[in-house]
Amino acid sequence: MSDGAIRPLPIVVVGHVDHGKSTLVGRLLHETGSLPEGQVEAVRESSRRRGMPFEWAFVLDALQAERDQGITIDTTQIRFRTARRPYVIIDAPGHKEFLKNMVTGAARAEAALLVIDAAEGVQEQSRRHGYLLRLLGIPQIAVVVNKMDLVDWSAGRFGQVAEGFRAYLAELGLTPLAFVPVSAREGDNLAAHSPRMPWYQGPTVVQVLDSFEAAPRPVDRPLRMVVQDVYKFDQRRIVAGRIESGRLRVGDEIIFSPSNKVVRVRSIEAWNVPEPPEEAVAGESIGITLSEPIFVERGEIVSHLERAPMETTVFRGRIFWLGERPLEVGNTYTLKLGTSEARVRVEAIERVIDTDDLSGRPADHIARHGAGEVILRADRLLALDPFDANPATGRFVLIEDYLPVGGGIVSMEGYPDQRQLVTRRATNIHAVGHAVTREARIARNGHRGGVLWFTGLSGAGKSTLALALERELFRKGYQVYVLDGDNIRSGLNADLGFSPEDRAENIRRVGEVAALFADAGMIAISAFISPYRADRERARRAAGDGFHEIYIHAPLEVCEQRDPKGLYKKARAGEIPDFTGISSPYEPPENPELVVPTHELSFEESLALLVDYVERHFRA
Amino acid sequence: MSWNYLAELEAESVYVLREAFAKLDRLAVLWSLGKDSNVVLWLCRKAFFGHVPFPVIHIDTGKKFPEMYAFREHYARAWGLELIVEMAPPEEEVDPTLPPAARSAARKTLGLQRALEKHGFEGLILGIRRDEQALRAKERYFSPRTADNRWNMKDQPPEFWNQYMTDFPPGTHVRVHPLLHWTEVDIWRYTKRENIPVIDLYFARDGKRYRSLGDRDITFPVESNARTIDEIIAELETTHIPERAGRAMDHESEDAFERLRATGYM
Ligand SMILES: Nc1nc2c(ncn2[C@@H]2O[C@H](COP(=O)(O)OP(=O)(O)OP(=O)(O)O)[C@@H](O)[C@H]2O)c(=O)[nH]1
Ligand SMILES: [Mg+2]
Repeated sequence: MSDGAIRPLPIVVVGHVDHGKSTLVGRLLHETGSLPEGQVEAVRESSRRRGMPFEWAFVLDALQAERDQGITIDTTQIRFRTARRPYVIIDAPGHKEFLKNMVTGAARAEAALLVIDAAEGVQEQSRRHGYLLRLLGIPQIAVVVNKMDLVDWSAGRFGQVAEGFRAYLAELGLTPLAFVPVSAREGDNLAAHSPRMPWYQGPTVVQVLDSFEAAPRPVDRPLRMVVQDVYKFDQRRIVAGRIESGRLRVGDEIIFSPSNKVVRVRSIEAWNVPEPPEEAVAGESIGITLSEPIFVERGEIVSHLERAPMETTVFRGRIFWLGERPLEVGNTYTLKLGTSEARVRVEAIERVIDTDDLSGRPADHIARHGAGEVILRADRLLALDPFDANPATGRFVLIEDYLPVGGGIVSMEGYPDQRQLVTRRATNIHAVGHAVTREARIARNGHRGGVLWFTGLSGAGKSTLALALERELFRKGYQVYVLDGDNIRSGLNADLGFSPEDRAENIRRVGEVAALFADAGMIAISAFISPYRADRERARRAAGDGFHEIYIHAPLEVCEQRDPKGLYKKARAGEIPDFTGISSPYEPPENPELVVPTHELSFEESLALLVDYVERHFRA
Repeated sequence: MSWNYLAELEAESVYVLREAFAKLDRLAVLWSLGKDSNVVLWLCRKAFFGHVPFPVIHIDTGKKFPEMYAFREHYARAWGLELIVEMAPPEEEVDPTLPPAARSAARKTLGLQRALEKHGFEGLILGIRRDEQALRAKERYFSPRTADNRWNMKDQPPEFWNQYMTDFPPGTHVRVHPLLHWTEVDIWRYTKRENIPVIDLYFARDGKRYRSLGDRDITFPVESNARTIDEIIAELETTHIPERAGRAMDHESEDAFERLRATGYM
């Protein structure tokens, strides 16, 4: 059914303070006959009262403070149409102080005009806004070089400004559709080509707008529905939410993440529609009933079984920071992602980015209006997507003291999917009650069983110490066995490679095997890097209270210098992908039972420390 | 369901309403009986499958058109609304430095503020739109108000990616604006599509109709021959007369509307 309503394309106008963004929009509306009756007179009167020449910006800048100071404070939206289609133009403030309002406006746009003053050239916020457009995922941009009247309509000056900025944007991966020389105040090259710049044959601003395309609806991406609520207004129990991507049909088998509950869609509910829907697609706010009365909550993501979102307690965020207080390592914030919320701790700041030259460096904080890459760890399992795979479930906001203080996009590079941590594939297995008790085994062996879980960087000394400890304990009469790469990778885990997922599975199996050894009354020593905290936590759960996490610790520089197998050199040369410490993260233990600092102790001292620990904790 | 722009607007508003209902404890919706707030109630029923699961407040200035009172009584019953009517205080209690029509309008603000205090609402749903007025064009979907009902328009919190400010300090409240992105003609197209009842005053009689309904003494009809929704839509497609041209308080002085909104006007 056509009802005549046409979707307006949302365009944001950004750029440095005073470069003429609001003037551009005001004049553009005038040039295209879009202003309501009486508006020009009202602007003339407002300008006159303030002793200013006619200010087109007043069409947008409606606050008294904005007009008095000649500056945009908050973003605004205004409608206009060309022969091709309607638009909603989002005017953003350029002053650094109001960056939060710029983000508010820009985040809703599907294309952007970046305005630059021809006389002043590219400035700090021109670049920062360019960077933010990239981060916000707005791929279509055009650059408007304004105030050409101030540079005598010079083609040379225009080329100079355009070329410098083209290079910066290219480094960001942005290719502008056009560079347009204009005078916003005088109306040149807005709706018609200006006789004062005959050297310019490119598109006018209106033509540029008309060449932008609306973002396609993500109907062909995997299904993601964020759960907003569960209603019981009548006999129906309705799970309500919005489909962010993909499509959902009655009868589909779906999984809720992160609770990992699987169920079928019984019906799609809607009020005051001609007939009950059989299908719903991206963009729709819907309600569904389920084939079974399972317990699900706000915050979960509905998907199909295949192509489900990732589950993780840790991820990398590419963020921008708006908070008055800097973001610091160790700080905690409330994370909002989709409709889910969790507490997250800033575990590391991998780099802060200087938006002036796009250089990055490690740091311990990100200041207001800064950008960077951080590692965030949540207090519970999250369901999410890498931003590139699915934007709507791959971006997040951070809250501090009620206020949104930052936003960012998710990268899972180097982090495994933790879904298998919580998924039990087989459910028809019952634990066998052993005829030999734990106490009997302890009495025979003279010691308890358990797991000594070594973790640490490559070259920290795990294998050497594990083998020496095994020999020493065996000599003292312990039942002891080392699990390491050689005896596990060649057999049990011969089917696994080195991707983050395979590494996680490798560690999961080692954890289970170690737990069996412990249950059999033996001491299992495992000597794997096991870089992810979540994997080690799972191994701990498998082994129960006999689990001892032992951090074989030496700083990265030391390990790299030792480099016993020449692996660091190869990793630095890019020959080994996903190498822990170099191209893949190592998450140090938070509360290990024992730390062995091998860069501070001699080999004998380290070994003695370990033997003493076992004697104290395992002797019957 | 066929997907088009009206469907998108509806889905977006439904999402906003459900966020408000999930996150805000004591929620209410303001019903002015006009075309916009009728659409808001309709969207609530869309969002909550036929129900309006929170109170509906009408701030009565005693100066509404008789048609409006009849409409209120009829649909409050027909739609099963939990209606709360609060009388606006007399004009003497309003800031005397405001221009006359603004002073009259400010009664509504004061009445609203008292209703909020009386019932302890922490979330209030309102049917304002960006295209109505340049200050409303700067609004957020979730717009916090201070304990004394003020809008800090010069320092609004950021709002992006459908993440709304849904937690706030005790004693303050938040205004929720599900229609922010709609335009006047969108409202009429949706009213037509859904067959939502409206007061007759919107349709032309003797060459005049109301585009916007406020108090009788400060709202004036505009010239129009539009007698049906289709004719209204056709008229709006071409007109250059702003919607609130018939609202006296908008035009008394440049800052009148800003002063009203700063202190809690909708
Ligand atoms: N000479 C000249 N002046 C212009 C032109 N465009 C805008 N200006 C002036 O530049 C000043 C700033 O214009 P605005 O439109 O307010 O700038 P803005 O980019 O919106 O500023 P913020 O929103 O505060 O960042 C005003 O005094 C305008 O009159 C132009 O094409 N030529
Ligand atoms: Mg501006």
